[in-house]
Amino acid sequence: MAEFTLPKNSQLIAGKTYKAPAGTVNGRRFEVYRWDPDSGENPRIDSYELDMDNCGPMVLDAILKIKNDIDSTLTFRRSCREGVCGSCAMMVNGKNTLACTKAIDSYSGTIKIFPLPHMQVVKDLVADMTHFYAQYASIQPWIVTQTPAPADRERLQSKEDREKLDGLYECVLCACCSTSCPSYWWNSERYLGPAVLLQAYRWLVDSRDENTGARLDELEDPFKLYRCHTIMNCTDTCPKGLNPAKAIAETKKLLVQRKLG
Amino acid sequence: MAAPSNRPTSPHLQAYKLPLTGIISITHRITGVLLSGGLVFFVIIMSVIAGGLQSYDDMQVLTAFWPIKLIYWGFSYALVFHLCHGVRHFIWDAGKSFDRDTMDRYALIELCISLVITINMLLFL
Repeated sequence: MAEFTLPKNSQLIAGKTYKAPAGTVNGRRFEVYRWDPDSGENPRIDSYELDMDNCGPMVLDAILKIKNDIDSTLTFRRSCREGVCGSCAMMVNGKNTLACTKAIDSYSGTIKIFPLPHMQVVKDLVADMTHFYAQYASIQPWIVTQTPAPADRERLQSKEDREKLDGLYECVLCACCSTSCPSYWWNSERYLGPAVLLQAYRWLVDSRDENTGARLDELEDPFKLYRCHTIMNCTDTCPKGLNPAKAIAETKKLLVQRKLG
Repeated sequence: MAAPSNRPTSPHLQAYKLPLTGIISITHRITGVLLSGGLVFFVIIMSVIAGGLQSYDDMQVLTAFWPIKLIYWGFSYALVFHLCHGVRHFIWDAGKSFDRDTMDRYALIELCISLVITINMLLFL
C-alpha cells in the first residue's frame, strides 16, 4: 500500500557535524544518512566537511575517506570500485547511482547520501536486499531446456540472437532501478520491480532457453508485471545506461502477441 | 537469521527527485482522479441546462463567475493533458520512444501540445 510518510522509527533526527581540517581551501560538505541498530535512536544525518584537494574523484572515494580518516563506524557496501559489482548502489542527491562511478564534480554544492530508497536499513547505507534477491531467484535466472544437450558442443547461438541480449546482460543487479520506482515502493511484496523484470526479459529473449511459455505464464499477473506504469524512473536512474522500462514494455508485447497467436 | 523489527525504512518520497517523466506520471494519475470527480459536475451542469430557460440562464450567470471559469479552464487542461499522456502510453505500449536521450524531450513536447490544444480550445470553442 502507498504510504507517503516515514514510520516513526524512521524519521530523521539531527546528527553531528565534522568540520574540515584547518587550512582547507577546497572544502566540500557531505551529508550522510546514519543509523546504528544498537543505539536505539532514530536515523540521523551526519555532516562531514572534506578537503577535496586530498580526496579521490568519485563519491565512493569521499565515503572511503570519511571511513578511513574521520569516522570508522560509517558502514556501506563496496567492492569492485569500477561499476561491475553493483555493491555501492545508494541515493546521491535524490537519485540512485553507483557511488564508485559517479564523479563528485558532477554535483554542485553539498552532496547528500542516503541508502537506496524505501528499503529496510541494516546499518547506515546498507539496505536489506534479501527480498530483492528472492524475487530474482523466483524468475529462474538460468537456462531451462527441454531438448537434450548436443553431445559434441555447447548450445550455439547466432550472432543476431546473441545481439538480442545486449543491453540486458550488462545489468549488475545493483537495485538502483527497482528502488527508484514508486510502484515498487508501494507494492514490492508482489510487484517484481524493473531490475528483476529486465532479468526475466533477458531469459525470455535468449534463443537457447526453451521455457518461454512457462516464463510468460509466471509473469502474466496483475502485480508481478503489470504494476509497471511506465513512470520511467528506472531508465532515468540506471547507472549502467540500461533501459528496464523498455524491457518491461517488450515483455508486455510478448504477452499480447502470444494472446493474438 | 530473523530480521530485527526495529529496522527503519530509508527515505523515499522525502528525498527522491522525480525526473520529468515521473512528475508527469503522477500528474496523469491525479488528473485522472480529478476528471472522474469533475464528470459528476459536468453531468449536473448538463441536466440543469436541460431544465428549461430559467435554469439555463441561472447556469449562464454561475459559469460566468470567474472562480468557476478558473475551475473550467483547469478541468479543460487536465482533460487535454490526460489525453496527451494517454497517447504517450499508447506509443510506449507499442515498445517505442523509450530512448534515454529523448525521454525528456518527448515529455516536454507532450506538455507543450497539451497547452496549445487547451489554449485553442478555450479561445475557439
